Amino acid sequence: MAETEPVDVLKAENEKPRQFGTGYKLIGKDYPTNDLVAKVTGRAKYAEDFRAEGMLFCRLVLSPMPHARVKSIRAEKALAMPGVKAILTPAEVPGHADYINDNGTRIKADKWSELALADEPMYQGEPILAVAAVDELTCAEAIEKIEIEMEPLPFATDPLESLRPGSSNAREEGNVWVRPDSSRGPEKLAVLKWTEEDFAAEKEGRMPMGHAPDEWSYGDVDGGFKNAALVLDETFLTPDVSHQCLEPRTTMAYWQNGKLFLYTGTQSTFQTVAAIARWMHMDEDKIVFISEYTGGGFGSKITGALTLVIPALLSKKLNAPVMMRVSREEEHFIGRARPGIRARTKIGFAKDGRITAVDMFLVSDAGSYGSGGDGGSCGSIASLLYQPPAMRWRNVTMATNTPPRSAQSAPGGMQAIAIMEPILAKAARQLGVDQVALRRANCPEGKAEYGPPNREGRRAYVTSCFLKQALDLGAEQFKWRERVAQQPKRVGSKVRGLGVALSCFHGGSTGFDGLIVITPQGRVQIQSGIGNLGTEALIDVHRAAAEVLDVPWDACDIVWGDTSKHFPYTCASGGSQTVHAMTRAAHAVGLECVQRLKEVAAKTLGGQPDGYEVANLRVFRKGGGPGLSFAEAARQAIKLGGIYDGHDVNPDVNKATKQSVAALAGQGLVASAKDKYPHDGDSYSYLACFAEVETDVETGVYRIVDYLGYADVGTVLHPAALGGQILGRSTLGIGHAIGQKWVIDPQYGVTVAERFYQNKPPTILDVPVNMKWNALNIPDPETPVGARGCGEPPVGGGCASILNALSDALGDNIFQRAPVNADTILTSLEAGRPMQDPLIAHI
Amino acid sequence: MPEMEEPKTSESQAQQITRRRFILGVIAGGAVVSAASYKILAPGGRGRTWGGERLITLNVNGKPRRVEAMKQETLAWTLRYKLGLTGTKLGCDRAECGSCTVLIDDVPYYSCSVLTNTVRGRKVVTIEGLAADDGKLHPVQQAVVDEQGFQCAFCMPGFVMSAVGYLKKNPNPTREEMAQGLSGNLCRCQDYTKILDAMMRGAETMRRA
Repeated sequence: MAETEPVDVLKAENEKPRQFGTGYKLIGKDYPTNDLVAKVTGRAKYAEDFRAEGMLFCRLVLSPMPHARVKSIRAEKALAMPGVKAILTPAEVPGHADYINDNGTRIKADKWSELALADEPMYQGEPILAVAAVDELTCAEAIEKIEIEMEPLPFATDPLESLRPGSSNAREEGNVWVRPDSSRGPEKLAVLKWTEEDFAAEKEGRMPMGHAPDEWSYGDVDGGFKNAALVLDETFLTPDVSHQCLEPRTTMAYWQNGKLFLYTGTQSTFQTVAAIARWMHMDEDKIVFISEYTGGGFGSKITGALTLVIPALLSKKLNAPVMMRVSREEEHFIGRARPGIRARTKIGFAKDGRITAVDMFLVSDAGSYGSGGDGGSCGSIASLLYQPPAMRWRNVTMATNTPPRSAQSAPGGMQAIAIMEPILAKAARQLGVDQVALRRANCPEGKAEYGPPNREGRRAYVTSCFLKQALDLGAEQFKWRERVAQQPKRVGSKVRGLGVALSCFHGGSTGFDGLIVITPQGRVQIQSGIGNLGTEALIDVHRAAAEVLDVPWDACDIVWGDTSKHFPYTCASGGSQTVHAMTRAAHAVGLECVQRLKEVAAKTLGGQPDGYEVANLRVFRKGGGPGLSFAEAARQAIKLGGIYDGHDVNPDVNKATKQSVAALAGQGLVASAKDKYPHDGDSYSYLACFAEVETDVETGVYRIVDYLGYADVGTVLHPAALGGQILGRSTLGIGHAIGQKWVIDPQYGVTVAERFYQNKPPTILDVPVNMKWNALNIPDPETPVGARGCGEPPVGGGCASILNALSDALGDNIFQRAPVNADTILTSLEAGRPMQDPLIAHI
Repeated sequence: MPEMEEPKTSESQAQQITRRRFILGVIAGGAVVSAASYKILAPGGRGRTWGGERLITLNVNGKPRRVEAMKQETLAWTLRYKLGLTGTKLGCDRAECGSCTVLIDDVPYYSCSVLTNTVRGRKVVTIEGLAADDGKLHPVQQAVVDEQGFQCAFCMPGFVMSAVGYLKKNPNPTREEMAQGLSGNLCRCQDYTKILDAMMRGAETMRRA
């Protein structure tokens, strides 16, 4: 427990890995999760699987232009068609408004933000109109009859081009996002153009660097370069990659008794209600949100998707249920993507490979809405993962007329690692230092600091980091040394290459609530407001409550997926926070349950609560004696009322939890609690990633022979689920290395790669048939169960270990951008230099 | 797109794009924005009569199912929207992702790309038809449960049907062969190693049975 061990004396190197499940009955053990049979029999219902009596369908009309103004819409002919029920125009969508967040803070309306339908579409594919009818073919026929007059407006799809003198801007108001007072306050759009002199570096194939609105630094950067044995100055471009959730953001909605019932996929059942309320301008208590299963999110469905208001509004207008199915093409446009970042990075190295200074300059593409270009996170992750003693970070976040970006698994972290790692690999070769040794020399450890100093001059730091152990044990398991020594590297036209990469990302938040009902049937009913993305965090985190209560898992029922069932204040499953945040909340409510059970027993059977203990679904006197079964205790709790059955509520919990407790009052022993455990540093998770590739220099084709991700994620909660996360998100990263990207026609600003076959995520044949993972299982000292999240941390390492293996096989003159495909390799090998331009976007 | 007037472009525009040039660009780029990607028709005459709807009998999961189908109707749509078998998923509707895979006479097919009227007289098996009547899971399903296979599981029915179909052809595959057998299915959670673990375990159970 955190409070028993002073965190500042943590000696990272003394911590030893331990077997999964050590010291626990449930935690660290594999078990079949409660949702598996429904999934494997086809009974699990995703949004499109729900039906409602008299359900209508709606379809979207998307902008054919990257930037335009809708001047008029004439729909009379369409509306006169049999079966056509209504259209929905941008004017009918609620506009931007202030809102109150979880903590009661008022967030001012952002006039730049996106609405579900646009009268000034900012990208090709942006929804501008919706049509509802009895079926989709009727919708489609109606759409053909609608006359829309549009005025094309200037547009920009390439962020660097939009910085050139005389170039066009994404919006009338500007092309670059600036923060008025460097870090706080809402971002504003401004016009930024660099000079022709700024662009001079372009001729040498290096990224030009002009004015950058965002900047921070720490340490003696110039001194670091002066004292370096080697300084590398590299240009690199990371790809824009769509989330491509297999389930599109389909939504069904209907209204009953003034309440909106809405069905769609989400990364947070609990938090999506507030988002719907905000987007619809309605009260949260008038919304019932159902999301039992979600077919992938990866950051694109953190609170569902904005377009969910379209069927909700049409349904209200028509007083009938409306299903909006989203096609694969539509999903490409509205389904979000990772911002591509072009970077110029200068790194100084000492002889032993230790980094002396980093100077990182980024131009990121935030797309058509919002200022989230990932540049900030890119800088802080680079400073954490490689621990440069001095670093300068500069960043330009550009607006472009391309589909909207959002967080995608390890936003900024993935780009940082893909930008930094190839430079580290090159440095190791030039310095004659082993790749693993060079990473070890720069590896964070313990309560590592990162980022720039704050106003008080202090740098942020993490809770704990044992990445060196993961790197050492990973190298051993991967047989790194043996593989490096293996000769020859080339056999015929095939060349082997080895890559190692460090990786990390956020791994947890704090301050959420848990809620449990012990029913008169003696069941432990756990209310879970987590979204069901299939990572099984939805269910796994509650093992912490069951462990504390010392109950068998089959006595627990998890209630999820429908907000009319009443959930506690719950984090969104983004930023890999769930396992950390919600095991804390589960642990807290487990202890609360134990305490209330003891009190109920003492009130019923006499004595003091401390004289009782809880185990095996009973509360009984210590050392034997009379007791109550959970069923009896629940019935007693109902008799006692007050705090015991939910008629009174734990004052610590969030307002939303209080409402849920009130709704569940009288149904048994109702316990709620807030996570108030101490927490000093910021929670991050880490991996060491290893890969071997085999390239054919005659064809340029390569295959990944082997892969290992070795994780430092604190206590392992559920091994099988963790393995899925490590290898699944590694493969998401690998997609960025081996083939995924956008292609946009710069002349007309239209997308030419919008389907799976044009922008294919890795298939089962693109990765080794037996990828491997492992984890240290060293508990995080600042959280009760010791567990942190692992959704995002592997992504950068997955990508960069492949890039590093490729440069190991083929040398440093092959690529300056990802992905690296067969063409890249063949043409660059022939020319002896990277043949794909590192600066042009979306090619 | 509906007809539009020649747009008035502002003076400040860096690149003047006329409507004609724009449309040429759209054609060159291969981008077509329209509503015609998914089309669902209203069942039972709520909407217009599109013609060609015929009452046919299909054999689905071992039972005769009578259904009115149009000649252009896909099997995925008939299963999902007329027979209520929503376990078959639509991830792309264009034979790219495999989420809609079903068995037709024991061979895996993308049901989004099979016309319903072509499967008359053939045996269609969907994910709902794999378990025994008493609820006992098919060995491949049971193996998925045992191995905690898949994450979001939107692709799971398609993968399971592909595996069951492939194992009928090759009951004793290597891991590499199984991967080939499943290569028509995409998993965006990319949980491929665990998927292969599950399918190989299912294959082994079937061999031992």
